[in-house]
Amino acid sequence: MNAPAAGVRAIAWPLLGVAIVLGTWQIGVMMSGVAPYLLPAPTAIARAMWESRDMLAAAMGRTALGAAVGFTCAAVAGILLGSVIALIPLLRRSLYPLATVLQMVPVVAVAPLLQLWVDNGLPMAILSAAIVALFPVLAATIDGQASVDPGLRELLKLYGASALRRWWKLDFPWSVPATVTGLRIAAGLAVIGAVVGEFVSGYGGTRAPLGIVIQAAMRDARTDLVFAAVALTTVVGFALFGAVSLVGWLLVRRWHASAVNESEDRR
Amino acid sequence: MTREPPTLQFDHVVREFAGGVRAVDGVTLSLAPGSFTAVIGPSGCGKTTLLRLAAGLDSTTAGRVDAGDMSGSRSVCFQDPRLLPWRRVVDNVALPLELAGVPRARRHASALDVLQAAGLAHASRMLPSQLSGGMRMRVALARALVTKPQVLLLDEPCSAVDEFTRMQLDAEILRTWRACGATTMLVTHSVSEAVWLADRVVVMARGRVHADHVVRVERAARERGGVAFIGEVEHCMRLLAAASGAASGEEAA
Repeated sequence: MNAPAAGVRAIAWPLLGVAIVLGTWQIGVMMSGVAPYLLPAPTAIARAMWESRDMLAAAMGRTALGAAVGFTCAAVAGILLGSVIALIPLLRRSLYPLATVLQMVPVVAVAPLLQLWVDNGLPMAILSAAIVALFPVLAATIDGQASVDPGLRELLKLYGASALRRWWKLDFPWSVPATVTGLRIAAGLAVIGAVVGEFVSGYGGTRAPLGIVIQAAMRDARTDLVFAAVALTTVVGFALFGAVSLVGWLLVRRWHASAVNESEDRR
Repeated sequence: MTREPPTLQFDHVVREFAGGVRAVDGVTLSLAPGSFTAVIGPSGCGKTTLLRLAAGLDSTTAGRVDAGDMSGSRSVCFQDPRLLPWRRVVDNVALPLELAGVPRARRHASALDVLQAAGLAHASRMLPSQLSGGMRMRVALARALVTKPQVLLLDEPCSAVDEFTRMQLDAEILRTWRACGATTMLVTHSVSEAVWLADRVVVMARGRVHADHVVRVERAARERGGVAFIGEVEHCMRLLAAASGAASGEEAA
């Protein structure tokens, strides 16, 4: 198949889906005459987005900052902690189940507690984002490093590699594709965590992020602005997810399944 | 390497696994320095366990394996190539030297040397995923040789490749054995491969040495094939059949 044509088609189908949904929505709102504060038409949302573009862009930037910093903290902590846990069998047996249980605690439930420990505002958004993003990275790192081919482990043992060297030469590179998958999931969750943190800490004024914009617009019955802000949180999530996917692809393209298939095609 | 390769000595070796299964049950064998010995036998006869004990990948329940003073100078080529998929061929071959702390430039040069000798220089920059199964095994063999081993342990290196590739690999094994002169032990399912490569064929059954046969045909004659070679193969086939019979007989008893 011709590559550019395939690329166009890959984008064209989802775009068509979006167009169908938005078109149905627009026509439905116009024909039913539903009140704009209950369900605004897509065109009304677009207008609100355009009219408040400066405020929304600034808010989006702050939400993106909270999510990105939180995600980065979770990525670093998750990979380091996951590696230590994977490397030490005792920790893997004792801490991994605990981590699984802790992951079940909804961040919304503990968010008020977090307020005791960090300042409201950006720190709260960062911490909340980091907490929800941590587990997928941790779990993926541990699973990735625990699934190393035993034959390769044996090979390194044969050549007298210490546990730490084995980790650096084998376990860590082996786990990269799995960890990248965990990071991609974490990227989406980090945005959710950041918005939850913003909701709880409720900092406003001129430095409001998207979460606060949503709350304020709700109070003012500006449903169109709520939808506009929600759409922008999705954009932030997509941007973070896309950036992580790109970095992951650059890391593993040389040898992971997708890259291997490419090289088979070339032969 | 001016050092004389060591004698590989198995002294009343026993390896018992959980549940009381004796994979190796009192094996005493002495493989002469620089010799090439093949170990054959029915599945589950303990031949791979014996090789793993020699490699130091497993420890004996009783008895002793002695391979002289040879820290770092024994190499193993496994059934599967065991290459790191993210490393280029040359870096895979250099791995044992890297783990031994050899500086980058030197280990790179050594890896290229063995690849050149194996006729794989053109593949040195490739990734394992870009190679055929047979080529991957040849790379694994090159990696086993990069440390200039005194003891070479081959665990069915040809079991997963087609007949033509097997012939190529066998020729490669013979060439490298001649070049490095290591005390070599080959575990194989193939009787003809054992007779073609080795000077001595040990037949195992139920964890014990069932027969120990010195190949009587000269190497040159074996390479030409012919009646004498086929006679040796048939003789070893009979030994193997007797060993299999002994194994299944004991099982029935």
